[in-house]
Amino acid sequence: MAARRALAAYLFLLPALALLGVFTFYPVVFGTALSLFDYDVISPPRFVGAAHFRELWTDRYFWIALRNSLVYLAVVPALQLGAIVLALWVRRPLRGIGWFRAAYYLPVVTSMVVAGLLWRWLYDESGLVNYVLLRLRMIHAPVHWLSDPSLALYAVMAVTLWKGLGYYMVIYLAGLEAIPPVYEEAAALDGAGAAARLFRVTIPLLRPSILLASTLSAIAALRVFEEMYVMTGGGPVYSTYTLFYYMFDQAFNALHLGYAAAVGVVLAAVTIGLSVVNFRLLRQGGLSYY
Amino acid sequence: MAGYPARAPARAARRRTAHAAATAAHYAGLGALAIVTAFPFLWLLATSLRATGSVFGFPPVLIPRPATLANFAGVWQTMPIGRFALNTVYITGMGIALTLLTSALAGYPLARMRFPGRDVIFYAIVGSLMLPQHVGLILNFVTMMRLHLVDTYAAVYLPGVASVFGIFLLRQAYLVIPQEIEDAARIDGAGELRLWAQVMLPLVAPALATLAIVEFTAYWNSFLWPLIVLKSPDRYPLAVGLLYLSGLFAHNTRYIAAGAVLMTLPVIVVFVALQRYFLRGITLGAVK
Repeated sequence: MAARRALAAYLFLLPALALLGVFTFYPVVFGTALSLFDYDVISPPRFVGAAHFRELWTDRYFWIALRNSLVYLAVVPALQLGAIVLALWVRRPLRGIGWFRAAYYLPVVTSMVVAGLLWRWLYDESGLVNYVLLRLRMIHAPVHWLSDPSLALYAVMAVTLWKGLGYYMVIYLAGLEAIPPVYEEAAALDGAGAAARLFRVTIPLLRPSILLASTLSAIAALRVFEEMYVMTGGGPVYSTYTLFYYMFDQAFNALHLGYAAAVGVVLAAVTIGLSVVNFRLLRQGGLSYY
Repeated sequence: MAGYPARAPARAARRRTAHAAATAAHYAGLGALAIVTAFPFLWLLATSLRATGSVFGFPPVLIPRPATLANFAGVWQTMPIGRFALNTVYITGMGIALTLLTSALAGYPLARMRFPGRDVIFYAIVGSLMLPQHVGLILNFVTMMRLHLVDTYAAVYLPGVASVFGIFLLRQAYLVIPQEIEDAARIDGAGELRLWAQVMLPLVAPALATLAIVEFTAYWNSFLWPLIVLKSPDRYPLAVGLLYLSGLFAHNTRYIAAGAVLMTLPVIVVFVALQRYFLRGITLGAVK
């Protein structure tokens, strides 16, 4: 009887485990190992040891991509700060607040392709962004947002910000709702002003959400690709070329699958390192803070 | 001190005015941001309804006169948007159906059965979230080649079917079903499969609905993987197809705008209609 029930349990699990095994565990484990091989899909893999990593060390495009990916992390604090302020704003039970929340969430459910095309037009030399800024006299001549190598990466960052704000707002709203109101009420009774309540009570209690959201956001920022693929193609002159983009090009255009895997392993190492730092910095707080 | 009572109403009035001013400022801030996030969509819609011109040119047109659906007819007739839409519907439909089935199956024993290795399996599934998935992308393409699935719809939806979020969500839903319901069904002589299909499954319908909505946007908008694994344009979903068309017909931005509206509209409709489930999906996903 027990054996039959166990068998039934494994059968229930079979489809999920088989698919996870084939499409998650196997490719991640062997993909990591692939970084030690030369592989072009056609001929069998050839072991090369750490040669790919030595090659990366002297590869100009790798360093450009790594630098751009790290610069892109600047989007994380901006995104988190914006989302926290926004969550505090839309927390107030004002009339029609649901519509505002929906408006902020609209970019989140939109396809990156649509968002990218939209912003490519908005950023155009004769697009809406230049029109508005010219009318407000904030600029004197149209700016080449996506075709100026010193601006393009930041222009793309603004799109990531625009698209992600609503998502993190929802995470922080849930975090704020999880804080029992007694803490803020007690602080108010003790004579704490609005600012003191915010910085000494609410924000420390929100730290688990900040940890979660900033980790998710940093992982996403390091893997940024679709924004560039749609808007700039990695250019101009590699100014928006990221590690993920390099991995993609090496794997699916150049068919250097082993070399691409090595880029992927570096990207994974950076991601894990950053997550550990983030966790160390933000571990404390939450309800256990008091 | 003596003047205090007399001045109190004035002070209260002043405070009320200050409060009203603060609320107005609050609305102004909310409105300004809403313009930044929502305005590009209105402008996209306006462009798709224009009879002449393009997305460029000053000043921008917000209310097209005359408004026309010609661009929608045009993009439908002269470009394979209809084909892309069908592909997207098929991939999204299969993806949702299989994800729901797999999650509903796998969540059940993890929540309600005792068997050797259960906890290990559960932690392995949840722990897979921490794996660097992007490294797997490369070998998934090789796997699809080996299975002769490159350039098929199945290659697009299969890797996403075993959803860790879905399995976790369903496990939580099965966990809260009272034991008495299970016991009663067992006394009636129901076997494992019947118990699951006829008693348990209906009780986790709300969790399945949440999962379906989350997966709907994920499959509908998915771009990178179909881009990698599909080779012929007549199998492209809208996301890949739209970018392809925008490259081919860069000058005809009104048609591309109409295509973008067609692609975005279903997601916005689902979102506005089912906002509550949607937001619950994210919060649950975040808490996991």
